[in-house]
Amino acid sequence: MDKKIAFMKGNEALAEAALRAGMTGYFGYPITPQTEVIEYLCKEAPKYPKFTVLQAESEVSSINMVYGAAAAGGRIMTTTSSPGFSLMQEGISYIACADIPCVIANVQRGGPGLGTIQPSQGDYFQSVKGGGHGDYKLIVFAPNSVQEVVDYTYNAFDLANKWMCPILILSDGAIGQMMEKVILPEPIPARTAEEMRDEKPWATNGKGKRTKRNIITSLNIQSDAMERRNNELQEKYRRIEGEEVRYETYKADDAEILITAYGLSSRVCKKAVDIAREQGLKIGLVRPITLWPFPTKVIDEFASKPNVKFFMDVEMNVGQMIEDVKLVVNGRKPVYFYGRTGGILATAEEILEQIKAKM
Amino acid sequence: MKEGYTLVYKRPDTLLKTRMHYCPGCFHSILHKLIMEVVEEMGIQNDVIGVSPVGCSVFAYDYMDVDFQEAAHGRACAVATGIKRTLPNHPVFTYQGDGDLAAIGLAETMHACNRGEKFSIFFVNNAIYGMTGGQMAPTTLEGQITTTSPYGRDPKNVGYPMKMAEMVSQLPGVAYCERVCLNNPANVRKAKKSIRKCFEIQAQNLGTTFLEVVSNCPTNWRLSPIKTLDFVENNMLKYYPLGVKKDVTATEEK
Ligand SMILES: Cc1ncc(C[n+]2csc(CCOP(=O)(O)OP(=O)(O)O)c2C)c(N)n1
Ligand code: SF4
Ligand SMILES: [Mg+2]
Repeated sequence: MDKKIAFMKGNEALAEAALRAGMTGYFGYPITPQTEVIEYLCKEAPKYPKFTVLQAESEVSSINMVYGAAAAGGRIMTTTSSPGFSLMQEGISYIACADIPCVIANVQRGGPGLGTIQPSQGDYFQSVKGGGHGDYKLIVFAPNSVQEVVDYTYNAFDLANKWMCPILILSDGAIGQMMEKVILPEPIPARTAEEMRDEKPWATNGKGKRTKRNIITSLNIQSDAMERRNNELQEKYRRIEGEEVRYETYKADDAEILITAYGLSSRVCKKAVDIAREQGLKIGLVRPITLWPFPTKVIDEFASKPNVKFFMDVEMNVGQMIEDVKLVVNGRKPVYFYGRTGGILATAEEILEQIKAKM
Repeated sequence: MKEGYTLVYKRPDTLLKTRMHYCPGCFHSILHKLIMEVVEEMGIQNDVIGVSPVGCSVFAYDYMDVDFQEAAHGRACAVATGIKRTLPNHPVFTYQGDGDLAAIGLAETMHACNRGEKFSIFFVNNAIYGMTGGQMAPTTLEGQITTTSPYGRDPKNVGYPMKMAEMVSQLPGVAYCERVCLNNPANVRKAKKSIRKCFEIQAQNLGTTFLEVVSNCPTNWRLSPIKTLDFVENNMLKYYPLGVKKDVTATEEK
């Protein structure tokens, strides 16, 4: 088994990418539109003797199983969709505070409430602003194709280990359900118990030959210890901001109007840009690939360009990332918003019409 | 040690030499010592992983010299599931209070036991929320006064005290289930044997091992440590009868 070209559903490709990344454990609870992930893993599990997959009793449990398994030194993932992601927030806060590497994927559906099983981008706030209690961050990737789902999931395990923090793959029901051609990366061989111990000397995997026991905790009951922990976390986040920002620009160099969009929305916006260019309109796209760390610098540069007239933020919600765009633009240019909800994806023509109305 | 003397009692090396934060007379400290004695005697100090969720004993890792993970309130069984599924050859145990195991974490408890997760659960039933200052627990006795049942627990309004050992023993995944107490030396010795039994059955991969430990809370029961012993004997043990509720090894021997 090595590199392979396949035609796959987003959710199954995500599962396959995680297996190829040497995932040792998966814990999850069924929820549309991402249930294919656990179904695929249950089916494939016999081929991977060192891999464990378990259907938990709830998302509250699955995220805490992740906390235990990842603290014990495994390469661990859970996946869910929006309501389940809400339930996981307490656990994610603990994991972030305890510096535990793991991978989480949220295949978003529409809310609030039970909402709809249709695609949405309504969890931007919950994903990039912390979500649970306290001051913490996740590195958030927003893939816009099945191939990107595969690539970011595959790399997420090592990136989590590098930064000792959870990585969130934030996609949506459309990307999870659609089928596309993908190149699957080469499988990483499963680690032996010794390799796992060597790779993660901090893990709670039994004292063994260590002279000191390992403790995994997020409890810092003394004020000064808690503040120190917060300062350490913030210092780590500043370094991540320096190293991990990823974005894409599309026909943006000479653009007078810039669309900001991520994930599924960015695909439609690309089409809107193409149509605009055919009509001689200088419209371009800035697509954050990491929603946190946010691509502040590139947006800042565009905002200070004299030829840039305004920004149009497009999302599948009522305006969430726009707050971050506005923070960067800081009043230098107008920032408009267009979004649809309920699983409705704005068409390229619709977006263009909105832009023209502001011109 | 002085010549001519035989050492019959010592602090286990698995218990760190620090002062415990537990209130004077609290059974938590006895149970810590018993578990660590067993860990030492079985020679599993370098393999075992403990899980302590939120409750007075969340600081267990300050005292037990083994690898340890804290868990959120109620989530010890989920965390332990993750650990054991990652490291199936390592002994794993949780140390949970009644609020933790029987209220906020009831789902995790029942499902871990139902799956027969191969770790040991040490369940401290002190009929109260110790850490948060004495509120009613699912195990608080009928008529018992707590800060949230100031006129005594009224089962018609807030339900009856839950008999976790009896409930858990009904689940096929459970290999061993017993209720013990620490209110006198004889019971302390029995409890230690049962802790050992839990670890032994865990090592045989037979299923979940569950030990309910009827405990006390001098501070929030508002009784002197000595008087808590009477309350345990006359009230707690009347409602929570001691004994083995399930032992798959016993039926096998028949
Ligand atoms: C999600 C959440 N809810 C509530 C609390 C507050 N809390 C901390 S300990 C506790 C109860 C502890 O009682 P128990 O589990 O019986 O342990 P004990 O202190 O009696 O040993 C509560 C309600 C919390 N830490 N987390
Ligand atoms: S509050 Fe109660 S349970 Fe907690 S340490 Fe004190 S006596 Fe023990
Ligand atoms: Mg209690």
